[in-house]
Amino acid sequence: MDLSSISPTLLIASLMVAATPILLAAIGELIVEKAGVLNLGVEGMMITGAICGFAIAVETGSPVIGFIAAAAGGALLSLIFGVLTQYLLSNQVATGLALTLFGLGLSSLMGQSYVGIKPPQTNKLDIPVLSDIPVLGPILFNHDIMVYFALALVVLVWLGLNRTRAGLVLRAVGENHDAAHALGYKVIRVRLLAIMFGGACAGLGGAYLSLIRVPQWTEGMTAGAGWIALAIVVFGAWRPFRVLLGAYLFGGVTVLQLNLQAAGLAIPVEYLSMSPYLITIAVLVVMSAKRGRTSLAAPASLGRIFHASQ
Amino acid sequence: MIALEKRPTPSRFWTGITPFLAVLATMIAGGIMFAILGKDPFAAIRTIFWDPVFGEFAFYYRSQLLVKAGPLILIAIGLSLGFRAGVWNIGAEGQYIIGAICGAAVGLAFYPTESFLIFPAMVIAGGLGGFLWAMIPGILKVKFQTNEILVSLLLVYVAEAILASMALGALKNPDGAGFPGSRNFRSYPSAYNEDLIANTGMHWGVVFAFIAVIFAYILLSRHMLGFQIKLAGQAPRAARFGGVNPDRLILFCLGVSGMLAGLAGLFEVSGPAGQVSIDFNVGYGFTAIIVAFLGRLHPIGILLAGLLMALTYIGGELAQSNLGLPAAAIQAFQGMLLFFLLAVDVLTNYRLRFGNREVA
Amino acid sequence: MKRRTILAGAVAALALTGTAFADGHAKTKVGFVYVGPVGDGGWTYEHDQGRLAVEAEFGDKVETVYQENVPEGADAERVITQMALQGADIIFTTSFGYMDPTNAVAAKFPDVKFEHATGYKRETPNVSTYSARFYEGRAVQGHIAGKMTKTNKIGYIASFPIPEVIRGINSAYIHAKRVNPDVEFNIVWAYTWFDPAKEADAATALIEQGADVILQHTDSTAPLAAAEKAGNVIGFGQASDMAEYKPSPRVSSIIDNWAPYYIARVKAVMDGTWESVDTWDGIAPGMVEIGEITDAVPADIKAEALAMEAAMAAGEYNPFTGPLNKQDGSVWLAEGETADDGTLAGMSFFVEGLTGDIPN
Repeated sequence: MDLSSISPTLLIASLMVAATPILLAAIGELIVEKAGVLNLGVEGMMITGAICGFAIAVETGSPVIGFIAAAAGGALLSLIFGVLTQYLLSNQVATGLALTLFGLGLSSLMGQSYVGIKPPQTNKLDIPVLSDIPVLGPILFNHDIMVYFALALVVLVWLGLNRTRAGLVLRAVGENHDAAHALGYKVIRVRLLAIMFGGACAGLGGAYLSLIRVPQWTEGMTAGAGWIALAIVVFGAWRPFRVLLGAYLFGGVTVLQLNLQAAGLAIPVEYLSMSPYLITIAVLVVMSAKRGRTSLAAPASLGRIFHASQ
Repeated sequence: MIALEKRPTPSRFWTGITPFLAVLATMIAGGIMFAILGKDPFAAIRTIFWDPVFGEFAFYYRSQLLVKAGPLILIAIGLSLGFRAGVWNIGAEGQYIIGAICGAAVGLAFYPTESFLIFPAMVIAGGLGGFLWAMIPGILKVKFQTNEILVSLLLVYVAEAILASMALGALKNPDGAGFPGSRNFRSYPSAYNEDLIANTGMHWGVVFAFIAVIFAYILLSRHMLGFQIKLAGQAPRAARFGGVNPDRLILFCLGVSGMLAGLAGLFEVSGPAGQVSIDFNVGYGFTAIIVAFLGRLHPIGILLAGLLMALTYIGGELAQSNLGLPAAAIQAFQGMLLFFLLAVDVLTNYRLRFGNREVA
Repeated sequence: MKRRTILAGAVAALALTGTAFADGHAKTKVGFVYVGPVGDGGWTYEHDQGRLAVEAEFGDKVETVYQENVPEGADAERVITQMALQGADIIFTTSFGYMDPTNAVAAKFPDVKFEHATGYKRETPNVSTYSARFYEGRAVQGHIAGKMTKTNKIGYIASFPIPEVIRGINSAYIHAKRVNPDVEFNIVWAYTWFDPAKEADAATALIEQGADVILQHTDSTAPLAAAEKAGNVIGFGQASDMAEYKPSPRVSSIIDNWAPYYIARVKAVMDGTWESVDTWDGIAPGMVEIGEITDAVPADIKAEALAMEAAMAAGEYNPFTGPLNKQDGSVWLAEGETADDGTLAGMSFFVEGLTGDIPN
C-alpha cells in the first residue's frame, strides 16, 4: 500500500471532471423541481443529449456545435414530458420513467452508425501562466471549458432563483401553483420552460460524457448518471450551491475509492465500490437530522398536477 | 379554444376505452417508426401483440407471459400502496435483490438436505430480507425525516454491490470451478420453485402475485387501513386530524412493498433464474413502478398492466429475432406505449370542451 | 386433462422442430444470443462480426438470427427456447451467464445444437463449449508493458474477480516481470464489464498515481481515451482492435476472432458431423489475434513480442511455464512444468509478486 502516491491536487482536479456531467444534469433538474415538476427522465434526456451532441460534433467537426445540439436534443425530448404532464396532465413519476425508457431506445437507434468513432477533441483551456501555479493551477485553471460552464451555471441559477423576478415567479409556481395562477402567472408556460431548461442541461451533461469525459459513443453509456443527478438534487435540498457540493462530494468519493484501490488499500473492493452511495446516505441523514425537517425544503407543489379548474 | 374540464367523477366509459385507444395509437406511431427502419410495420405489430398469445408457439409464450408478469405485478402491488399514501419507494430493485440473496442463502445453507420445510423457510427469509432493506429508508424517514426516494434509490446500488460480492464470494457454487454464481436451484428439488402445473409458467411467485392483487383489492376497498392510505395521499392534513399515524403508515407502506419485492426476488432466483449471479437483477423493480402507474395504482389495473408489459417484452423479443428489429426499437416502442397510455388518461378525468370556457 | 393437452402440445411442437431439419429445409438456421448491444464496440460486437462472417461464408445456405441485450437468467432461457422453437439448427450463446439456461433448453431440444461461450457445463450431447485463451495475448501485452514502462508502474483495470480475469492479470504480470524485475501492478476492480465513465475514472486514477501503461479487461475505449488525454501513457485494445486510438496510446490489442470457429461449427451442422466438444483455442488457430503493434513500440521490443506470438502460434510456448510460485510463496509450477487446463480454467490465485488480495 502506498497512499503517498495519491496526489490530492490531481484528485481534486479529476473529481471536478468526474462530477461535471452529474452537476449539469442536477442543476437543470433543480430548476425543474423548483417549478414544482418532478421529471424522473433525466437518464433518458442525458443519453439523448450524449448521442445528439456526439453525432453533430462528428458531422460538423465542432464540439461547440455538438454541445448546442445536445442541449437542443435534450430540450426537445423533455418537451414530450412537458406536453404530457402539463397539457395532458399525466402522472409525472410514470411519465418521467417512460421518458427514460424511450430516451434509451431512441438514442441507441440514432447512434447505430456512430459506434467506434472518435469525436473531435475539445481542448483544455490551458491558461498559460495560471495553470502552472502549483496546486491551484491544476485545480482551477487547467480544465476544459465545460467544467467552468457548469460552475458558472450554478452561480447563474442561484442568482436567477434568488435575485430576479423570473426566479421569484418560478419559485411561486413551484410552491403553490394555485396561488401563482391566481396572481396571473402562466403556470404551465413557466413549467414548460423549466422542463426544457432541465432537458437542455441534462443533454449537456450527457454530451460531456460522450464528447469529453469518455469520449466515444456507446449505447447506455450514461450508466445511471441521471439517477445520481436526481439524488443529488434532493441531497442538495434544492439549493444550487448544495447541489454543487453534493455533485463534487459524490464525484470525489467515486474518484477517491478508485484511487484507494489503485494504491492498494486493504479494504475489500465491494465496500469501496458501494462507498459513494453509503457516504451520500450518511451525509444526507446527518443533514436532515440537523435540519429537522427536510420536507420543508422541497417545493410544496412538487410532483402535483396543476389544472386551472374553476 | 379547446379546454379541459374536470369531470365530477372519473368516466367509466373512458376508463374502459382509453387503454385500447392508447394501444391503437402506439401501433400507428410504432408502425411508422418500424417502417422508417425499413421493416414491415404490420408484421412487426402482429409479432409483438398477436404472436405471443395466439401465434404458432403461443403454448410456450403464454406460460412465459406469467413468468415475466408475475414479479412485475407482485412488486407493483406493493409499490402502489405506498404511492397512494405518498410514500415513494423507488428502490424496489434493491429490495428485490436483497430478498433473493437472503432467500437463496437460506436454501443453499441447507444444501443438500431434502425437506419440505426448506422452501417455506426460503420464502420467509426472502420476504424478511426485502422488508428489512426497505426498513432502512423507512426508519431514516421516520427518525430523521430523510427523503425516502433518495435513500431507497441509492440502496439499489449498494444492493448491487452486495449481489456481486455474494455471487463471487459467499454464495459461489463450491463445485463451480471458481466461476461466479451460486448453485442452480434446479438441481436442488427441495428449494426449487417449480411450475406448479408443468409448462404453464405458474410458479409460486405468480400465485403470490394473484394473492397480492386480491389482498390489495380488499385492503383498499374494505379495510380501515386502506382508507387511511388513500386519505394520507389525498389529504395529508385531514389524515393527521383523522387520527392516522403518519409514521406507522410510512413504515407499513415501505415494509409491505419491500417484503413483496423481496418475495418476488426470492421466487425469481429459486425458479426462473435458478441461481444468484452477478447480473441477476434485470430491472423488475424499476419496471414495476411503471406498471403500478399504468395500472392507475388499482390492483386489477396493475394485474392487466403487468400482463401488457410482459406481452411487449416477449413480443419485442420475438420481433427482434424474427424480423431483425434492433432491441433499441423495441425499447422506444415500449416508451411510446407508455406515453400514449399516460396521455389518454386525461380523457378519463377530464372532459374536452370546445369554445370559451364558462365562468364559474 | 388440461395439463395433458398442454404437455402434448409442447411435445408435438418439439417433435415438429426436431424433424424440420431432417426433412431437409433449405437453409441452416443459426441463432446468436448476445449479452450486450451489437454496438458495444467490444465483446458483443466481435461475436456479431463472427455472425456476419458466417453469412458471408455460406450466403444463401444460412439464415442467421440474433438477439441483443439479453439479460442472463430467465430471459435468456426464454430467448434460447424461442430460437429453438422457431427452427434454429444451431444456437450460439455468448455469455458465461447463459450456461445454465443453455443446458436447460438443450435438454428439451435434443436435435438442436447448442454452443455456449466461456462455460464448462455440457450436460447433454448436443451442447458444446468454446472459449479463447486470451491470456496468451496478455502475455504479449505484459512483455510490451514491462519493456515500455518508465515509471515501472502498470495500471490494470479488471472487471470481476473471475478465473478468466485473474488468468489475464497473472499472465501479463509474469511476462512484464520477466523483462523488468522492478515492475509493479496496480489493480483496480471496476466490478463492471462495461461502464465508460467508470473505466475513464479508473484509468485516470491509475495514471495520476504514476502508471504509464494501462491494461484493461473491461470493454470500452474509455481507458485509451484517458491515456491519450494524459499523454505519454500507452494502452491496448481489448476484445476489439480499437484501431481509432492508433498509433498511440493504443500500441497493440487483443482481438477476439470468433469467425473461424463459427464457420467451422456451422459447417459441421450442415455436414452432419457436429459433435459435442470443449474448445479452448488461443493464438494458434486464430481465435485470439494480436492487433498490429504500432511504431510507438521500438523495433526490438516489437520483434520480441512478435517472436513470442509466433512461438505461441507454433505451440512451442505456454505463457504459464514454471518455475512459478503462487502469491503466498508456495510452489505452483516447477522448472519447465506447464499449467494444466483444469487449474487454469478455475484459476483463483495470484502469482508471486502481485500485491493485494483477490476480492471475494
